[in-house]
Amino acid sequence: MKLTRTIKYEADRVKGFGDEVRSVPGCEQLQSCIQCGTCSGVCPLSIYMDYSPRHVMALVRSDFKNEVLKSHTIWLCASCYHCTVECPRQIRITDIMYELKQRAIQEGIYPRHFTIPVLAKEFYKMVYRYGRVTENVLAATMFLKTNPMEAVKMWRLGLGLLLRGRFPLVLEKIKRRDELDRMMKVVDKMHIDQLHDDQKKPRHAVAGGHA
Amino acid sequence: MTTKYSYFPGCSLKGIGRAYEESLLPVFRALDVELEELEDWNCCGATAYMAVDEVKACVLASRNLAMAEKLGHKELLAPCSACYLVLNKTKHYLEDSPSVRGVIQKALAEVDMTYSGNTPVRHPLDVMINNVGLDAIKKRVVRPLTGLKVAPYYGCQIVRPYATFDDQHDPQTMDRLMEAIGCTVVHYPLKTRCCGASLTGTLPEPGLLCSKILLEEALKRGADVIATVCPLCQFNLDGYHHNIKKRWGDFRIPTVYFTQLMGLAFGLGERELGLHRGFIPMKPLPALAPAAVGT
Repeated sequence: MKLTRTIKYEADRVKGFGDEVRSVPGCEQLQSCIQCGTCSGVCPLSIYMDYSPRHVMALVRSDFKNEVLKSHTIWLCASCYHCTVECPRQIRITDIMYELKQRAIQEGIYPRHFTIPVLAKEFYKMVYRYGRVTENVLAATMFLKTNPMEAVKMWRLGLGLLLRGRFPLVLEKIKRRDELDRMMKVVDKMHIDQLHDDQKKPRHAVAGGHA
Repeated sequence: MTTKYSYFPGCSLKGIGRAYEESLLPVFRALDVELEELEDWNCCGATAYMAVDEVKACVLASRNLAMAEKLGHKELLAPCSACYLVLNKTKHYLEDSPSVRGVIQKALAEVDMTYSGNTPVRHPLDVMINNVGLDAIKKRVVRPLTGLKVAPYYGCQIVRPYATFDDQHDPQTMDRLMEAIGCTVVHYPLKTRCCGASLTGTLPEPGLLCSKILLEEALKRGADVIATVCPLCQFNLDGYHHNIKKRWGDFRIPTVYFTQLMGLAFGLGERELGLHRGFIPMKPLPALAPAAVGT
């Protein structure tokens, strides 16, 4: 039997993490969390989470960076915004979850068997290449990169979509992709400038860049 | 008099959600509303993209907003809930966050675009109720869907977090719209509960459970059909019956776009409205037969 320590040590904290998250637009209210648990109560997915949303708020605030970035919780958040509208302290919990997802992807420390971060990255790449998303191709790419057997099991759904004309065989593309490209380069450049200013990792630059 | 809106279809309405566009366009045309599709629109920056880079998601959205503003119609129509949310969220960031605004303005300037923030982003449900009006819609009904019991399902992202045109706990716009075309609206307390979003594909256990709960409740409330406003909700509630049945049993009920039901009431054909694209077909109810005209 493998035993794991369930109580955290002070030494597990990554000092400054909570402050960093709080400095991101939309995440400022985190400090006012009263740990009431309303977010966990209304969350339709909290029953599957390793840490409840309330617990994640406490962990972030207390600098437990590794615990939250490795958690299943941030990837189970389906962005339904229920917690955000019910929070009595007006904390934008969904936006904080987005911030945590971004950091987990940048640092590459999401749970390995999880398909969701792979989907997110493939989505990002597809938009970079074509400007639009063709959903069936995206889903196929995700399954091939994570669990090809799962793709085989999806044949029924794929065939059903094909027969109903909902399975495009041609990729959707925009005409002026160069325009998007130039816009994104401006964003990357600003992140790098910020890096020089802050002498720290850019918050929103993406791991792997334009793959 | 014809009213014109800029129209942002988004990726889903060209793919799995084609039937939404197929029904939306003729229904608006029947109501004298003209939709002009944005030329060369790009991905809105929705949910999955936002998990990778939120600022870039806003920049993607801002290109669409800038093009809509340039097109010159007063407002932009976004039927997909995810697009609707991201476009609105970007507008909020532009107003509230000087740092995000700075990035967006610089990125737009790079390609000689500007966005002053003047083009409101509207959902078709909002436009139907608050601009077209229920009276105009009732006048257009030639085949009231009398006897059809509908569970109105709004999903999350059109009422949360911004709730600009309806109540975020108990929205009513679709309820009223469905009543106006003759349907009986069943009480459906889960109307804004999450459908599982993309989890149905990525993590089936929790994702499909969210969809199953919604289907089960609609059946329990005696609904014949679930009406939805979002391509992903429609796909989740319609496309996974086989997988849900394997896990928890049969919860068979069709899920269609609210615009498809409106189209039927306006006398448009089932194929024309994309009703043949659903996995669970709508039963031809006696009330929908031509004989029922005028009831």
